[in-house]
Amino acid sequence: MTSEKSTTGAAKARPLSPHLQVYNPQITSVLSILHRMMGVALSFGSVFLIYWLSSAAYGPDAYGRAQDFFGSPIGQLILLGLTFSLFYHLANGIRHLIWDVGLGFDMPMLRATGIVVVFTAFGLTALTWIVAYVRAGII
Amino acid sequence: MEMRTPLAHARGLGPAKSGCTSHWWAQRLTSMALLPLMLWFVVSVLSLVGADHGDYVLWVSDPGNTLLLVLTVVTIFYHSEQGLHVVVEDYVHSEVGKITALIAVKAFAYLGGIASLLAIFRVAFGS
Ligand code: HEM
Repeated sequence: MTSEKSTTGAAKARPLSPHLQVYNPQITSVLSILHRMMGVALSFGSVFLIYWLSSAAYGPDAYGRAQDFFGSPIGQLILLGLTFSLFYHLANGIRHLIWDVGLGFDMPMLRATGIVVVFTAFGLTALTWIVAYVRAGII
Repeated sequence: MEMRTPLAHARGLGPAKSGCTSHWWAQRLTSMALLPLMLWFVVSVLSLVGADHGDYVLWVSDPGNTLLLVLTVVTIFYHSEQGLHVVVEDYVHSEVGKITALIAVKAFAYLGGIASLLAIFRVAFGS
């Protein structure tokens, strides 16, 4: 690497892009990387969508086994993770679409909408699972 | 004499090796489509909690549900493939690794999408 020297011979300080390993996490940067992680998680989660739809095509026995799997503790944990990922990614996706038309970029607005996204994600996840458990007769 | 502007030289040299406005647009369009579709999907799955295979068959056979489910599946796999494409471009830097990962992402999206659609049609139209 060639570094440019100033007239005094010292290396000239040049602007750097944020170095993620030493970058102080802030609500904006954390929410941003979460959007990506949740999108990737949902993409892996589509395996379970394929499994569910396919099981129905194989008939009642296979569909029953799929339901048993989704009802098991590990199945429920996966579905809970996917529900939260979906609602987080959906809410933050709306934030992205608003940015795309050029709105909401000032710092207080970025924080406020970020907080709204987190509360929406938790709220819709809780609502979904309460409805699911009421319908299943568990609560 | 050099006739091309510096911009013309730079075009197509990004990680995508092509223009990206159409990719960008498609990502926005699928995002907007997924907003109502995924909400419909969650409500539908909730309506199927505790349903047996017969109830599921009835639900999928409803023409409106067949249509919405097909749209949801197609949009999910399209949007997810495009999203993963960008993620791979951002993190995989070796040319061989990048091409391998992009093929894997595409193959998964097509296989998964087609398998899902066949499964829906099989149930909706009877076997
Ligand atoms: C629920 C409705 C959804 C909305 C509104 C939405 C919105 C978005 C938006 C706006 C982006 C672009 C982010 C950017 O420009 O950096 C994006 C990226 C992405 N989405 Fe979605 N999405 C939705 C559902 C899904 C689903 C169901 C999946 C997976 C099955 C998914 C997977 C991804 C992936 C992998 C990315 C790339 C992440 C990145 O580049 O950081 N999305 N989504």
